[in-house]
Amino acid sequence: MLELKNVNTHYGQIQALHDVSIEVNKGEIVTLIGANGAGKTTLMMTVCGSPQASSGEILFEGESIRQMSTSLIMRKGLAVVPEGRRIFSGLTVAENLHMGAYFSDKDAYEAQLDHVLGLFPRLKERYHQRGGTMSGGEQQMLSIGRALMSHPRLLLLDEPSLGLAPIIIQQIFEIIERLREEGVTIFLVEQNANQALKIADRGYVLENGRVVMSDTGEALLTHDAVRKAYLGG
Amino acid sequence: MRGSLYNAIFAAGITLVLACLMLGVRLGAEGTTLAVTGAGADRWGWILAGVGVVFFGQLFANQVDALFGRIPKPNLSALKPQGSSWNTLKPWLLSALVVGLLVWPFMVSRGAVDLATLTLIYIMLGLGLNIVVGLAGLLDLGYVAFYAVGAYTYALLSEYFGFSFWMCLPIAALLAATFGFILGFPVLRLRGDYLAIVTLGFGEMIRILLNNWTSITGGPNGISGIEKPTLFGLEFSRRASEGNQTFHEFFGIDYSSGHKVIFLYLIAVLLVIIVIYLINRLMRMPIGRAWEALREDEIACRSLGLNRTVIKLSAFTLGASTAGFAGCFFAARQGFISPESFIFIESAIILAIVVLGGMGSQIGVILAAIVMTILPELAREFSDYRMLMFGLLMVVMMRWRPEGLVPMKRPHLELK
Repeated sequence: MLELKNVNTHYGQIQALHDVSIEVNKGEIVTLIGANGAGKTTLMMTVCGSPQASSGEILFEGESIRQMSTSLIMRKGLAVVPEGRRIFSGLTVAENLHMGAYFSDKDAYEAQLDHVLGLFPRLKERYHQRGGTMSGGEQQMLSIGRALMSHPRLLLLDEPSLGLAPIIIQQIFEIIERLREEGVTIFLVEQNANQALKIADRGYVLENGRVVMSDTGEALLTHDAVRKAYLGG
Repeated sequence: MRGSLYNAIFAAGITLVLACLMLGVRLGAEGTTLAVTGAGADRWGWILAGVGVVFFGQLFANQVDALFGRIPKPNLSALKPQGSSWNTLKPWLLSALVVGLLVWPFMVSRGAVDLATLTLIYIMLGLGLNIVVGLAGLLDLGYVAFYAVGAYTYALLSEYFGFSFWMCLPIAALLAATFGFILGFPVLRLRGDYLAIVTLGFGEMIRILLNNWTSITGGPNGISGIEKPTLFGLEFSRRASEGNQTFHEFFGIDYSSGHKVIFLYLIAVLLVIIVIYLINRLMRMPIGRAWEALREDEIACRSLGLNRTVIKLSAFTLGASTAGFAGCFFAARQGFISPESFIFIESAIILAIVVLGGMGSQIGVILAAIVMTILPELAREFSDYRMLMFGLLMVVMMRWRPEGLVPMKRPHLELK
């Protein structure tokens, strides 16, 4: 579904990604783990076209999206939950969700709204409240909900567990699994490697902008080097 | 206590220096030379009293703040009846307001109507800039440029090609929008302060261009004798120009110069209503929400597939076209325009209207425009100190109600 072939990304003179090749198949949860500064977020943003990859190829459903502008890529059927939630804090939950479906027609919007509110009953309770007045977990739900409003086939999640309480993280991961059952393909970037690898079908390990390892989630969980580096021995 | 004592001495010192320069000495003409004269004893008394007030005010700043905090803030939204009664009342109130606006000029003096017309121009400008600054969050310090473009469009088209006011109105809006588009395209990549500086420069560019393009714009002499608007071809002058009829002849009433003033006022009311309606519509459309979303978080907007250039450009262009609209009417009302009317201070006043009114709120902007145009008029008898008082008012306002007169309202849940 999503395929990166030998992607290099630069920030000015500095190379952040070196020959990264990653594949995400339909219906999978694929996770990308790595330490701070390994290039996880850069990789995700490269898929979104900001910054654009300086060489290599990025294919989404067989179509090259490497040269496309961000706004075009984001209308192709993939959605991203950016790092740090980034909800519109001055807008209400309703308006936030509406922004997510900016390019859908009214029927699609209403159907998807029901669906998202079903997934996150909490958002229904807070429907007319300003986004910024909610708790971190609720904001994360809103951020995921907003991304889902465009009815994406592929969902990119950048550190959804960032700064959340363990019980909330649990809930978020349950929802991610539910989304997979509904047929949404998921590409998950996480620092919380333990949790991420447990639900992932496959995983990639990124180090200093290079993919150093890739295997099934289970195999990575039990892999010695991975355990040592990311799972606390 | 020690900190506030230093603070108080410092503030009092600054007040003394400023007051001495602004109030204590006066530059006057004495024969052919200029002479500096000191102030009289009574004025020095006032200055010292003022310094004393600042000193003690700063010394007891905390207590004063606590005192001010206890003054209940006007809760304007509480005055509004709740729920369904508001919905039934709203159309009645609105129509009463419109009828009031239409009938009112026939009952008051000519000067008051004239002032009201000016206020309406500022309302238009405020509403236009509100889209750019209040909703889209793009700090535009050169807004007056688009106002100038609108005004000169009408003045030049009328002078050289004899176009009528009504024909020029859409042309002026369109041309100002084009200028907004042309300016917006390269500069909207910039953010915040950088954008502010570029727009500031653009505002000056337009003014200097108008000032120096003497062959066409008349330079600093401006353009005079701009034709007044007509009512379906009826003129409001004492004698009709060739092939036309005047308003008073047509209706068989005595000529009164007041007719023209009232007519201009009514046009202004009409234009303001159109502008309010259009902007209100736009704000409810997805694009209006996109402006707000862009102001809140640009990265999130991009992650949702929104094209930020298009959104910013639309806000910029629409704001500019509103200014063009207002400018065209301004030229028609004044009958004379020169680059002097489009200096930076105008941009600053319009921006102050938007900020004072509460960013993004239409009612707030309208109220602020009224306050900002009428207050300086009321304070006319304070002559030289008018602007000083004006500044003081704004400082107090920002201290007391920093979110503006009527902040933009969003529905929210109350915790019980």
